[in-house]
Amino acid sequence: MVKTEVLEIEKKELKTKPLKLVLAGNPNCGKTTLFNQLTGSKQYVGNWPGVTVEKKEGKVKNTKEREAVITDLPGIYSLSPYTPEEIVTRNCLLNDDPDVIIDIVDATNIERNLYLTTQLAELGRPIVIALNMIDVLEKRGDKIDVALLEKELQIPVVEISASKNIGIDKLVDKVFSVAKNGKYVNVKNIYSKELNSTLCDIEEALEEVKQSPYHRKRWTAVKLFEGDSVTWAHYNFTESQKKHIEFHIDEVKLAKNIDREMIIADERYKYICAITEKAVKRSKPVGFITFSDKIDRIVTNKYLALPVFLVTMLMVFVITFGPFGTFLRDCADWLINDWFAGVVSNFLVSVSAADWAQSLVVDGVIGGVGAVVSFLPQIMLLFTLLSLLEDSGYMARAAFIMDKLLRMIGLSGRAFVPMLMGFGCTVPAVLATRTLENQKDKRLTILITPFMSCSAKMPVYLLFISAFFPDMGPFVIFGIYLLGMVVAVLTALLLKNTVLKGKNAPFVMELPPYRMPSPKSLWLHVWERLKDFLVRAGTVLVGATVLIWFLQSFNFSFQMVDSADESILAAIGVFIAPIFTLCGFGDWRASVSLVTGLAAKESIVSSMTVLFAGESLSSVFTPLSALSFLVFVLLYTPCVAALSAISKEMSSKKWTAFAIIYQLAVAWFASAFVFQIGTLIMNLMG
Amino acid sequence: MKTLDDIKIGEQGTVVSIGSSGALRRRIIDMGITPGAVVIKQKAAPFGDPLEINVRGYELSIRRSEAKEIMLENICNAKR
Repeated sequence: MVKTEVLEIEKKELKTKPLKLVLAGNPNCGKTTLFNQLTGSKQYVGNWPGVTVEKKEGKVKNTKEREAVITDLPGIYSLSPYTPEEIVTRNCLLNDDPDVIIDIVDATNIERNLYLTTQLAELGRPIVIALNMIDVLEKRGDKIDVALLEKELQIPVVEISASKNIGIDKLVDKVFSVAKNGKYVNVKNIYSKELNSTLCDIEEALEEVKQSPYHRKRWTAVKLFEGDSVTWAHYNFTESQKKHIEFHIDEVKLAKNIDREMIIADERYKYICAITEKAVKRSKPVGFITFSDKIDRIVTNKYLALPVFLVTMLMVFVITFGPFGTFLRDCADWLINDWFAGVVSNFLVSVSAADWAQSLVVDGVIGGVGAVVSFLPQIMLLFTLLSLLEDSGYMARAAFIMDKLLRMIGLSGRAFVPMLMGFGCTVPAVLATRTLENQKDKRLTILITPFMSCSAKMPVYLLFISAFFPDMGPFVIFGIYLLGMVVAVLTALLLKNTVLKGKNAPFVMELPPYRMPSPKSLWLHVWERLKDFLVRAGTVLVGATVLIWFLQSFNFSFQMVDSADESILAAIGVFIAPIFTLCGFGDWRASVSLVTGLAAKESIVSSMTVLFAGESLSSVFTPLSALSFLVFVLLYTPCVAALSAISKEMSSKKWTAFAIIYQLAVAWFASAFVFQIGTLIMNLMG
Repeated sequence: MKTLDDIKIGEQGTVVSIGSSGALRRRIIDMGITPGAVVIKQKAAPFGDPLEINVRGYELSIRRSEAKEIMLENICNAKR
């Protein structure tokens, strides 16, 4: 009785527990589009533990009997243990035991895509192949014999087109039926007889150690054969077992005269070629001139590539930060800071709320939220344009074109776009470093991006130029921008040769065919980033603005002050002002406005206006100290919104702290250098 | 024997062996550049580096320093 009851419960649990699915495949094969089709907007975005690789999960929509949760694995070419993406995928597949692996294969690039399939097949989990881009294949006039492919691979294949929403329901049905039958694939016919017998020998040796789960024996054997260090370290082989395994491996190696990793990869590709030769009918020879090739004749042309690239970037820049973007920003700013704040303020007055409460809500909270919201239109615009470039395949070409220049400062071509965006706003620029594959490159790019003078610093420059250099405006601004770039290059060279030392990341990058981005994917892409920004920057920025509001509005006995020079902030200003004596602006008001500049760079101007209250800037600054002040403003720590983006993308407290300290130190030294050398020259010249 | 870096743009060759080591080598192999694979040298980037090649029916970008490690035989003009 009891036993059957338990069995019933187990059965019930099995039915109600959601299916655990994973989506694996190469980059650029339509994986994200398929994920979006499967889940709709029910997605959760997070990070894989310990790495900056994005983890996306979602519920499969319209499931009948059971719920299913699907994890979108990073796009990878292979399960080798080198990039963070590969390691994350491997660990997930090995440790999380998914019920079914959905392997998305690009039908138009089938050979290389099936290479990952041959590796997934050895994990001993049920697999379903989603053969994507079937519509593109048809248009090309190529044909794939799906029945034959299924038979040869011994894996179910479903033809789909993720972007055209074809075959998705069929895929889901197939996945559920495979999950029900729970058959493990164990593809033994991938390798030649000779290699296969060696792998069987290794499997036997593994049985003696009794550590390998049964269904994963083949995977382990292959990894041991390849000399995969992670797998070797995982097993406690005795010396004799080790020798036994090595002996078998050496036999094959001697016969073939190539190394272990190559033997496996070579045989996998041979196996794939044998299958595709039978199952794929190509209407044109390999290497024929495609539509993408025709576009590339212009876009990556020796002479046209750079102009096309510069014009593209300029367009992105002008749309986002030019009149259109600025207009949207002003609208949002007006909406929240004038209209909304006015409404709330009137309401608070009408209910006769306390002064401090009015000030907290209107100046503190709405002021802070307003600063975030006014960023939104431009961030949305920039991300839409960047996603458009990324999804269409142009970004890979941009990296291809710029790679050589950026390699001179130890970066790869992909770092160019975030750096350029830094001239607009550091926040989206830092978030855009997500396209960088290599962690070191990413951190370095994040560190130097804030030196690209962001557009919010412009009002500060303009204020000082009108006061001190009215005739030399363009030269001063040009000089400041140039200085920012020089400091960025020097920083890159310095860090690349010290703390971020290491080999240049390999630049073996696919140039995917040009594709029309789907509006749905584009929107989800932008929305995801937007939500992220709102939540992250919103919380941090509102907190910081409230803090600065508090410091500015109260004195040490926690009473509200009438003018800012009696506030806690003024006291802090007086305290830190001496630090800037060497830089030439040891006045407390300068220090205070720099502190408020941490909330938003424009605040420097508004603080100065309030603090100087009619007094002229020249009562405190000389032209030289004005210049050194501008240098400091250019280089010092970016605003809180940017810092929160930096902390997110660095995903390391240590590196975030380093960024803050480094930028402060560079700003101080550069500023002091300008003032001291300037004073020296002026003295010499009398 | 010539390397992928040596051959002219528009020429193709069959991969014989790959030098280099570690992650970089593995990446090259994983991308389908294995002995017997035919690679076509398509073009060089505007600054002369990296290169665009066609292998197994898709376009791949690699640096010249990496192309130097890839040995080829049967070099001839690519059939387009």
